Amino acid sequence: MSFPWARQYEPTNGLMKFLDEKLPLPRLVYDAIGAGYPVPRNLSYMWNFGVLAGFCLVLQIITGVVLAMHYAPNSLVAFSSTEHIMRDVNWGWLMRYAHANGASFFFIVVYLHIFRGFFYSSYKAPREMIWLLGVVIFLLMMATAFMGYVLPWGQMSYWGAKVITGLFGAIPLVGEPIQTWLLGGFAPDNAALNRFFSLHFLLPFVIAGVVILHIWALHIPGSSNPTGVEIKTEADTIPFHPYYTAKDGYGLGVFLLIYCAVLFYLPNYMGHPDNYIEANPLSTPAHIVPEWYFWPFYAILRAFTSDFFIIPAKLMGVLAMFSAILVWFFLPWLDRSPVRSGHYRPLFRKFFWFGLIPAMAVLFYCGGAPAEEPFVMLSQLATAYYFLHFLVILPLVSSIEKPEPLPYSITEAVLGTDKQAVLGENTAA
Amino acid sequence: MIRPIGILAGLFFTLAVLWSFANGAWIAATEGLGEATAEHEFHRAPEPLHLASDGVFGKFDKAQVQRGYQVYKEVCSACHSLKFVAFRDLAQLGYNPAQVKAAAASWQVPGVDPNTGEANMRPGLPTDYFPSPYPNKIAAAAANNNAIPPDLSLMAKARHGGAAYIHSLLTGFQPQPAELLEKFPAAKTPPGLHYNPYFANLNLAMAPPLVSEGQVTYGPGNPKPTIDQMSTDVSAFLAWTAEPTLAKRHQTGWPVLGFLLIATILAYLAKQQIWAAVKPKKKAVTGSKSSD
Ligand code: HEC
Ligand code: HEM
Repeated sequence: MSFPWARQYEPTNGLMKFLDEKLPLPRLVYDAIGAGYPVPRNLSYMWNFGVLAGFCLVLQIITGVVLAMHYAPNSLVAFSSTEHIMRDVNWGWLMRYAHANGASFFFIVVYLHIFRGFFYSSYKAPREMIWLLGVVIFLLMMATAFMGYVLPWGQMSYWGAKVITGLFGAIPLVGEPIQTWLLGGFAPDNAALNRFFSLHFLLPFVIAGVVILHIWALHIPGSSNPTGVEIKTEADTIPFHPYYTAKDGYGLGVFLLIYCAVLFYLPNYMGHPDNYIEANPLSTPAHIVPEWYFWPFYAILRAFTSDFFIIPAKLMGVLAMFSAILVWFFLPWLDRSPVRSGHYRPLFRKFFWFGLIPAMAVLFYCGGAPAEEPFVMLSQLATAYYFLHFLVILPLVSSIEKPEPLPYSITEAVLGTDKQAVLGENTAA
Repeated sequence: MIRPIGILAGLFFTLAVLWSFANGAWIAATEGLGEATAEHEFHRAPEPLHLASDGVFGKFDKAQVQRGYQVYKEVCSACHSLKFVAFRDLAQLGYNPAQVKAAAASWQVPGVDPNTGEANMRPGLPTDYFPSPYPNKIAAAAANNNAIPPDLSLMAKARHGGAAYIHSLLTGFQPQPAELLEKFPAAKTPPGLHYNPYFANLNLAMAPPLVSEGQVTYGPGNPKPTIDQMSTDVSAFLAWTAEPTLAKRHQTGWPVLGFLLIATILAYLAKQQIWAAVKPKKKAVTGSKSSD
């Protein structure tokens, strides 16, 4: 937001003055991520992950464009062109491992970003639009990652594509024609591979567009903060640059250290060995599992094993899997507590740490495990909790909970005092 | 409006999944948690294998990989192809150009007769890839009890355990334990298959390929070609074929991580210095005046 005390951009030399008149790009940068953007002074490291997600997106686009120069999207040669990249292209192994592990780290970062949003209820007014756009980004990321995984045309690529596109077959009446239309055939084949490649190349740029909207929407209210108390005075803020550029720089360093350690020393840790076997429509792998970042949702899909009245189990699973993400869209209106931060919400906090987090952990674990007992029964209990948490517990908790006292302002929370502090004005945000 | 609908939707999904749970629990209570199978009880995880290429400093032991190449050539290549590896790649194992040429020429690869245009076999060139022992999949299956010997180029990455799995598989052939037959009489190894507890479903179509000491004659200065030694060597060779760039990856990582570590420390110090002015000096107590 243009807080009245935001510093104004002053072009210092002739060139900058010229640019500022004709195309005020430096001013845009100054106001968006420079000294002209006042930010709460108390952001924790949990606020680093947005910038890191942006970094991952750029990393994926750069490595992806290079890979696309050497990759051949044809089912006859896709697998060997991937091996050609690994063996014969100069630094091709680095590009491929960077891209494959980059996708995993992108999801790690975005999951932390989303769970930051859950805990601090960043989705609440006035930030609903930021959140909605975020969920759109997440859906686009899942589509992109799914189609990207198909490209090397290994066993998991092929069978993953078959299982996931098969989900459309669960839609009554029109399901199978839709599935055939999406795949360009009755099973994944060259037609499917070609369109997946085309879309996999396209979607990251769509994501980039939505990210721009996301950040635009962010700049209207500005960032929230760990107290959830809105900015009141200039003392609550510091300019983005140099304070948060420096903090994000340090965060990026730590991120790159971990990412590169995995990239150089455990590049296949998050992958599945079966994807080093070329796709074979005649041989079904013993356990078909998607990439790890889909496991929680895959567990929800497989948790529905019995027909529910007239709804077939498979359709129920598909509905639940998509709804598991769609419910996030409604969070701003489901959670009506006037307090944002989980630090001041005793009951909410318990459900977050002892309900949602363990349920997600169980879903994650069971999604990667074979569809056998006890994993199925565990994921059924966790799925039940998952839906209860977002759709029943959050609305109820927000009505019955008595929040803890909030600090008067961000400044008070940081310094223990706020010269402007007026007793009695300590209202819940 | 959203909240009542949300609560109803939440209860709907919860009831549906608990219904599945109840059915599953009923089955588990009446029939138990799935049946025990021979695979569940007798399958073994690969035994650890230590190769020079392991670990964060790992490099290939070229002499060992050369021996493994010899085992592959003299034993495994009768059934298994190696289609992602070219003869020119052998140069990475320390062979000089003349040796690579000679090695390539010692293989017969499919070619075309320059005079008649008919398909024929010709000696390999360094640019050729390792040939397949069978003209097509049907021939491969027909010769091997209906199982197609898989290409070995990526085998060390395509199984849990990698090279250790290959080593365990090659040394793990054994008679079926009496205990297994007692418990699961139906799981008797079918004729033509071979019992091996390291293989996913315990019985595979490959006969033990390495059966006697000295099956491959190693040159002077090399260890004794015991079954275990040959298995280890060919596993090391397949670790190389699966990822010839592995050593380079290991070497490249250190300067990158070193650079990043220094850059991160500098970024941390810079951040500390920039923030020093706005950070409260001590954890302030509510009500006390801040020190700055
Ligand atoms: C007589 C032919 C023959 C020879 C020689 C042979 N194999 Fe095999 N191999 C097979 C067949 C057939 C299979 C497929 C087994 C199955 O799927 O049941 C196989 C499978 C394998 C597998 C895969 C097992 C799995 O997990 O799917 C490996 C690894 C392997 N062989 C390694 C070797 C090595 C190393 C050598 C040389 C020391 C070798 N083989 C020699 C026929 C052979
Ligand atoms: C490509 C992926 C994404 C990028 C590049 C991105 C980028 C950013 C950036 C730079 C910020 C400000 C810094 C921060 O608060 O961390 C931000 C804030 C935010 N993001 Fe994202 N984001 C992405 C995905 C998502 C997703 C998937 C969601 C939720 C589903 C989401 C929800 C939010 C919310 C609610 C905020 C405001 C937080 C607050 O002010 O407290 N974002 N995002």
